[in-house]
Amino acid sequence: MSLGSWGVRHAQACVGALGRLAREPVGSLLTILVIALALALPVGLNLLVENARAATGDLAGSIELSVYFKTDVPLAKAQQLAQAAGERPEIASVKLIPADKGLEEFRAYSGFGAALAALDVNPLPHVLELRPRPQASTTAALGPLKAWLVSWPEVDVVQIDSQWVQRLEAILATLRRLLEIAAVLLGLGVVAVIGNTIRLEIAGRRGEIEVIRLVGGSNAFVRRPFLYAGVLYGLLGAILAAGIVALAVALLAVPIGSLAGLYGSRFALQGLAPSEFGALAAAGIVLGWLGAWAAAARQLRAVEPRP
Amino acid sequence: MIVFERAVKRYPNGREALGGVTLRVERGEMVFLTGRSGAGKSTILKLIALLERPTRGVVSVNGQNTSQLKPRRVPAFRRGVGMVFQDHKLLSDRPVFDNVALPLVVADTPLREIDRRVRAALDQVGLLGKERMRPLELSVGEQQRVGIARAVVSKPPILIADEPTGNLDRDLALEVMRLFRRFREVGTTIVVATHDLALVQEFGLREILIEQGRVVDGPVAAPLELPAMVAGVRLGEGPRKDDASRPGRS
Repeated sequence: MSLGSWGVRHAQACVGALGRLAREPVGSLLTILVIALALALPVGLNLLVENARAATGDLAGSIELSVYFKTDVPLAKAQQLAQAAGERPEIASVKLIPADKGLEEFRAYSGFGAALAALDVNPLPHVLELRPRPQASTTAALGPLKAWLVSWPEVDVVQIDSQWVQRLEAILATLRRLLEIAAVLLGLGVVAVIGNTIRLEIAGRRGEIEVIRLVGGSNAFVRRPFLYAGVLYGLLGAILAAGIVALAVALLAVPIGSLAGLYGSRFALQGLAPSEFGALAAAGIVLGWLGAWAAAARQLRAVEPRP
Repeated sequence: MIVFERAVKRYPNGREALGGVTLRVERGEMVFLTGRSGAGKSTILKLIALLERPTRGVVSVNGQNTSQLKPRRVPAFRRGVGMVFQDHKLLSDRPVFDNVALPLVVADTPLREIDRRVRAALDQVGLLGKERMRPLELSVGEQQRVGIARAVVSKPPILIADEPTGNLDRDLALEVMRLFRRFREVGTTIVVATHDLALVQEFGLREILIEQGRVVDGPVAAPLELPAMVAGVRLGEGPRKDDASRPGRS
């Protein structure tokens, strides 16, 4: 068979499947709507998580490490170590606060000025404030950096100001995991819906399938229109799901914009990016194909020609 | 060529449809399978078309032992056997052209070739010009001719027909048989199951009488070693004279 004939056969199967969907507009639309809702839910939740992440700003950029030197470390040594830290690729910025300056600030802002004046020596150490680069700001990446800093004999304590970030990360990670579970379950639901629709279609076309088998139609030939039907259900469901999500974003954009404005933020709700729409369409196609394949493989075995 | 050697067919419910049939149909030969309803005629056709496999024994079609054929090879095998049915088995929601084209479509025949061959087949059965009509818009005889056109459009080496004239009046039945005879003239092997013995006699072709799943008449064309269980069959013998018991001959 030539490539042209092959293409024509597939185009015929695809157009035929589309025609059958169009001949049953209400039934097809209801099936597509169910698929769309099942796809829209995880996609909408994902969008919510992504927008929440964007709304809370660049969290990674706000993580800091405070390195407290021992009180007997001279300033020159602290400067030398600050320079060494600044040369590391994961460090974005380094700020050394000498003990004298620290005391000065403490005296000014703490309200213990008089008490501090009574001290003979400065009890405060030199402090190094490090800000890691965003890609090195994860909990996993900060561990080795902290270990490196602690290994200096001049260092007394290293403190990472990331507890609140870790909590937020944990909440988002939990949401993401819930999202993944929902996506898997709803994906299985889509497969089941499409599989059941194709099963009913096969039952309705049993006579035709028998005739095709009688004249020598292969399993692949018999299966082809049903696979296209499944793919079309999935694709149209994905397109409708994208529409539902776009509508939800449009409806929420104004009130969320107003809410963000009250907090002095210029945050704007983001919809699906073209790449995300592409992924959604691909997921719809794959799920549709899987559902149709599962139904066709099981059902078509039961349809044997009866002369 | 079709060869049955001691072919037994027992269905899952325990009913034995064929009890050791041995027969041979030569290439380009046209034979009639006759016998009462339930005698086993249709089972023989099913075994030829590989709609069933024999429980025991050998069924060989065009040199292929059907018992040994892998399931994935069955569709290609069936493309070599044209089938005509009493109830036509046409797709009522498709036009005549699409019905006739079906065996070519499933065989991935190029579109231009499909168009040419479908028109030729419809011309052969006298239905050229009706290719856009739906089967239900045609008379019963025309529907049967659509079924015949579909069976022969891919020029299969074997054509089987199960009671093809069952729903037709005398003239139409004769017309259908004349069509079959024409296909035989171009080398097609034809097996027709029928209980219309008047029709069989009119054409004077070999007849194989089946009774209770056994061949009781119609010798094979070449000697075969037959099992003792095949009662009433003698190689090389002509039709039995005492055939008053045959259906339709009383």
